Amino acid sequence: MFDSIRAVADHRDLLFMITWRDIRIKYKQSVMGFLWAIFMPMIIVAAGIVIKLAFAVISEEPLKMIDVVTISVKSLPWAFFVASLRFASNSLVSNANLVTKIYFPRLIFPVSAVASQLFDFAIASVVLVVILSVLKVGISIYLLWVPVLLTILILIGIGMGLFFSAANLFFRDVKYLVEVILTFAIFFTPVFYDADMFGKWKTLMMINPVAPVLEGLRDVVVLHQSPDPFWTAYAAIVAVVGLLVSFVFFTRMEPLFAESI
Amino acid sequence: MSDIMLEMQGVSKKFRRGQLHDSLRDLIPALTRSLFTRRNGDSLGQQEFWALKDVSFQVKRGEAMGIIGPNGSGKSTILKILTGIMNPTSGEKLVNGSLSALIEVGAGFHPDLTGRENIFLNGTILGMKRREIRAKLDDIIEFSGLREFIDTPVKRYSSGMYARLGFSIACHVDPDILVVDEVLSVGDWAFQNRSMEKMQSIVNGGATVIFVSHNLKAVTTLCDRALFLEHGEVKALGPAHEVADQYISRVARQAESQTSTDKDAFIESVRLLTDSGDLSLVTPGQKATVEVTIRAPRCREPLAVAIAFRDEDYSMFFYVDSARLLSEALTLGPDETRTLRFGLDMHVAPGSYFLNVALTRPDVDELLDHKAPALKFVVHSDVDVRGVANLYPRLEMS
Repeated sequence: MFDSIRAVADHRDLLFMITWRDIRIKYKQSVMGFLWAIFMPMIIVAAGIVIKLAFAVISEEPLKMIDVVTISVKSLPWAFFVASLRFASNSLVSNANLVTKIYFPRLIFPVSAVASQLFDFAIASVVLVVILSVLKVGISIYLLWVPVLLTILILIGIGMGLFFSAANLFFRDVKYLVEVILTFAIFFTPVFYDADMFGKWKTLMMINPVAPVLEGLRDVVVLHQSPDPFWTAYAAIVAVVGLLVSFVFFTRMEPLFAESI
Repeated sequence: MSDIMLEMQGVSKKFRRGQLHDSLRDLIPALTRSLFTRRNGDSLGQQEFWALKDVSFQVKRGEAMGIIGPNGSGKSTILKILTGIMNPTSGEKLVNGSLSALIEVGAGFHPDLTGRENIFLNGTILGMKRREIRAKLDDIIEFSGLREFIDTPVKRYSSGMYARLGFSIACHVDPDILVVDEVLSVGDWAFQNRSMEKMQSIVNGGATVIFVSHNLKAVTTLCDRALFLEHGEVKALGPAHEVADQYISRVARQAESQTSTDKDAFIESVRLLTDSGDLSLVTPGQKATVEVTIRAPRCREPLAVAIAFRDEDYSMFFYVDSARLLSEALTLGPDETRTLRFGLDMHVAPGSYFLNVALTRPDVDELLDHKAPALKFVVHSDVDVRGVANLYPRLEMS
């Protein structure tokens, strides 16, 4: 385990270059370029606002500013998570020529896939911070939770990315499975709504480890209160255990990658 | 510190033909079967074959070893096991030091990135640090000869330019052990020469090199030792020249064994005669005779015998046939044996050469029988000239 981490650390220049390549080619030959990193999450935010607006019209309650802010704070990390998972799952197969031709720790591929999405997320976050300050959301000591919550989200993303990328290498069915899961996951994750709306069913919703992270972000950024300690701990444990299991699976399978791809 | 940089000890590798599992329908029974039967690593399952079988060798510090063999003999599999891309089915490998492998020129290039960007990407993929690349950037660009195109996306490059850039990056990596797979055949003639010189200087610089090539001349020039691989087994391991000769004579023997007397017309024998008798040792300028005996038990059509010489790179530098020399074709009776003698002045430079002989029907351009190579001969001389032709250089100074 530590050997592999050291190997990845030794290859940090490579990790950087592969990430840089993925970011660079994503926006090559596109007129808008890096602006897409801002527009894409904005579109998701807009979709969320439309849904909230529809709720507001049906329930005949006015659309509250706090709802709009919540949607923005939740949908950006969600967009990051979805993109990371989608990109990481394909990372080994789409780099087949490198997997079969050159040796370096294969962990680099899914990890850099997540890292390149993190870059987009960072750009979008800057925009979000500007919007939030315009809307006078205000700051509090609880914002210190943000890095913790995002780390949990990143670990969940890397863990699932490792597992699905290795599985997809052996069975391309996994790619479609991931697509299906990601398409429907938005219904089972409190992105456009809040887990509290479900009353006694909240527990069921929070089992999804991404849910406590998003709820936690809402708590600390919008409501200025600490996140639920139990569910945050739960998400952290799921993230770490999931990462370990995926890591073992990935490294066990690694010697077979070149001949099975 | 050990002197052995690379070692393989009884390495075998099993591969599967065809798909792993075509569908879920095949997969489920296969998985259940593998649960209940404990498979022995040494036995071959259905559709399996040995890509490598019991391969052992050692490479010492500063040594260059060539690997030769026909296509599909397992050369690349050895490299993939050495580099760690694949694990052997059984056996041990030892790699002592940093290893950089050039298995395919430009693997990892991204077409949308510019030449310069790809230098950084490919360089780090091959194991360099970004700091190192920045320091060597000018050398790499200079060596590739692509300075004016270096900020163009590589998708606009010709395949030769692509390969040149790839090779330039690879030969600037500077590892303890360099593994190279058939990369000298890229680029134009001038670039090939430069690559060869660069490889030579890497070898002379004390790097340990594994060099896979079909170019026997390159292997014998660069390498002290060579390994001849066929069907995944080591056929010969020793001094590069001896192994290369063994490889050639084996190829020749195989060509002979295909000759059967039930052909309509065939080449019975080929000899190279010099004034000193039937020898495969020739001195430049010597008169030599190529003696070809043919028979045509079931062919009444006009025939022609062609002879061709090839150098070690297998490029043909001389060709002639009986139809051109006689300005008429040969016809043979059913029991007739005809012997043709081609008299030649061997104005060739020192080196090893191959003689190929073919029996054809010139009227319809049909190949009836051929021996390629029919034989190998060596030209020896005290004067060391390079190339194929010998122009007998003299030097005067004033």
